[in-house]
Amino acid sequence: MKADADEMKEMLRLMYTIRQFEDKACELYTASWEAGNFLGALHPSNGQEAVAVGACTCLNDDDYVLSTHRGHGHFIAKGGSVPGMMAELLGKETGCSRGRGGSMHMFDPDKGLMGGNGIVGGGTPLALGPAFAADYRGTQQVTVCFFGDGASSQGPFHEALNLAALWALPVIYIGEANAYAVATPTSEGVSVPNVADRAAAYGCPGASVDGNDVLAVHETVSEAVAHARAGKGPSLLEAQTYRMTPHCMAMRESREDVELAEWRERDPITRFEAHLQEKGIMTEAEQNAMNQQVAEVIAEAVTFAEESPYPDPADVAEGLWAT
Amino acid sequence: MREVVFVRALNEALTEEMQRDENVFIVGEEGRGVFGVTRGLLKKFGPKRTRPTPISEAAFTGLGVGAAMAGLRPVIEIMYLDFVTCCWDQIANQAAKLRYMSGGQLRMPLVIRGQQGNLTREAAQHSQQIEGWCAQIPGLKVVMPAMVEDAKGLLKSAIRDDNPVVFVEHRGLYGKKGPMPRGEYTTPLGVAKVQREGTDITVVATAVNVHRALAVAEKLADEISVEVVDPRTLVPLDTETILASVHKTGRLLVVHDAPVRLGFGAEVVRIVTEEAFDALVAAPRVLGGANLPMPFSAPLEDVCIPNEDDVERTVRQMMEG
Ligand SMILES: Cc1ncc(C[n+]2csc(CCOP(=O)(O)OP(=O)(O)O)c2C)c(N)n1
Ligand SMILES: [Mg+2]
Repeated sequence: MKADADEMKEMLRLMYTIRQFEDKACELYTASWEAGNFLGALHPSNGQEAVAVGACTCLNDDDYVLSTHRGHGHFIAKGGSVPGMMAELLGKETGCSRGRGGSMHMFDPDKGLMGGNGIVGGGTPLALGPAFAADYRGTQQVTVCFFGDGASSQGPFHEALNLAALWALPVIYIGEANAYAVATPTSEGVSVPNVADRAAAYGCPGASVDGNDVLAVHETVSEAVAHARAGKGPSLLEAQTYRMTPHCMAMRESREDVELAEWRERDPITRFEAHLQEKGIMTEAEQNAMNQQVAEVIAEAVTFAEESPYPDPADVAEGLWAT
Repeated sequence: MREVVFVRALNEALTEEMQRDENVFIVGEEGRGVFGVTRGLLKKFGPKRTRPTPISEAAFTGLGVGAAMAGLRPVIEIMYLDFVTCCWDQIANQAAKLRYMSGGQLRMPLVIRGQQGNLTREAAQHSQQIEGWCAQIPGLKVVMPAMVEDAKGLLKSAIRDDNPVVFVEHRGLYGKKGPMPRGEYTTPLGVAKVQREGTDITVVATAVNVHRALAVAEKLADEISVEVVDPRTLVPLDTETILASVHKTGRLLVVHDAPVRLGFGAEVVRIVTEEAFDALVAAPRVLGGANLPMPFSAPLEDVCIPNEDDVERTVRQMMEG
């Protein structure tokens, strides 16, 4: 399904939100770090926003998403609370995981957000579960499982794809082939040129798509979602993209300047801005105004997070057991 | 009461809970029931609810964890509990932690069950005791029935619990007969049972060792009054019942099959020495498994786990000492 003009504007707004949210979060974390207070690890997804947005805008609120260690974008695109996320990053009680999860573990079950994961590939077998539950109950819900190129070399990933295909579960695996797993190039970690080529081995549809083209991602994922809702089983998709910022916050990296510059040319946000202008859907001025509105939303989220209380140490055990 | 074999009690628990709640389903290898626990369920409930899987522990355990997050109540069968190593991430890093990491938003109503132990000469990869591995992971409950009656009542409670429960069955008990009440009942998690009252020494024993301790208690009845405490669940642990018993007897012996090093016995001794030191009239002791991979050959295997003679000898030593 192709997105209409309003949907495209919403996509741009979400991409702006992700970019600004992560830029701001990195700024806060880096400043704190430099001041001697290390807040934790934070994995930004600059350059990959089109994957999260193109995919999640194909989903309903009651569809499920399983995310990764690099999941802020997935959370925002699926409708997670921005102030709740910012508060979580600062370890506050008002955070979307009450300060028990942090950057890699954002949850909002009401939005189908079943968490990021600190274990690379950890979500890939878990995603079978909500998909199985939908099948079991006879609902039309689908589950999207994001994973990295590095994660596709994990054993459970292969078990999961086999089982998903065997039982025709309504799950869509979306690989974000962002060229690296930390500093290891994909070509040194994956034995085939495209992760999606592996679909043939499991007997399910596979497709590789330009992950920096939000509309292309949206179209490809829409087809896989329709396929799953029709009871035809899983798909293994791969979005070719590039992580423009370091693996983790300000971690020092040695990447070729040319490579970075090439990918900056293909920045998914500027590309989409140009596309919307070209098609007469939005003017540059409208886009600037939208970006400005987003900046206000992010600023409010920071204020909310900074003013929120920390969890009370007396409550440290809260949330462990369900009663 | 009626006499029933252990596997039958487990089978009844599964049947009743599946009839009671349609969210309960079984997933695991050989849904046809290798050890008889799930016998007949595939036929009765169909493959939707008794789902035979490929040999993919990580995938089907992960599926169970995800299904629990989405509100179903999976019972995941691991053919030999030794194989949890193949789905350890799904158990230790996912099932145990996701609720807490979500700030208490998720529920994780799942049971991971299977059999373990030795006595069948299957060597080191089919003869381990995993309860200590699991009890070390905050967020997992650990259940270990010794009696037929408890096997049914505890499994029913485990299935109804909204938390991940590792349900550890000893295959040496599967064929054991015991009394079981008629009709509906459950046995609460976290409540120990004094299986035999005594006044001279407390023996805290798990699973098959409860039966060893009871046999020794019976044998020594004229000389030494042995109290046998069966914790039934290791997490949560009913420390009150254990402490009350030690206050009465002044002596503590813990017996389990798992390697003695850093094990359940050490933990019980810690609790008792911290909280009832003044009540002790003898140094507490632990009889556990050898700190070795389980050897195959019968005479080697037999020296690696406590037997009745070991229990009797230790009890006597503690009474003399
Ligand atoms: C099982 C496991 N091994 C290693 C790590 C350390 N680690 C964190 S992120 C990462 C790279 C993951 O690469 P990829 O799946 O491509 O995702 P990306 O970081 O590129 O988004 C590694 C090795 C981990 N968290 N979990
Ligand atoms: Mg990568």
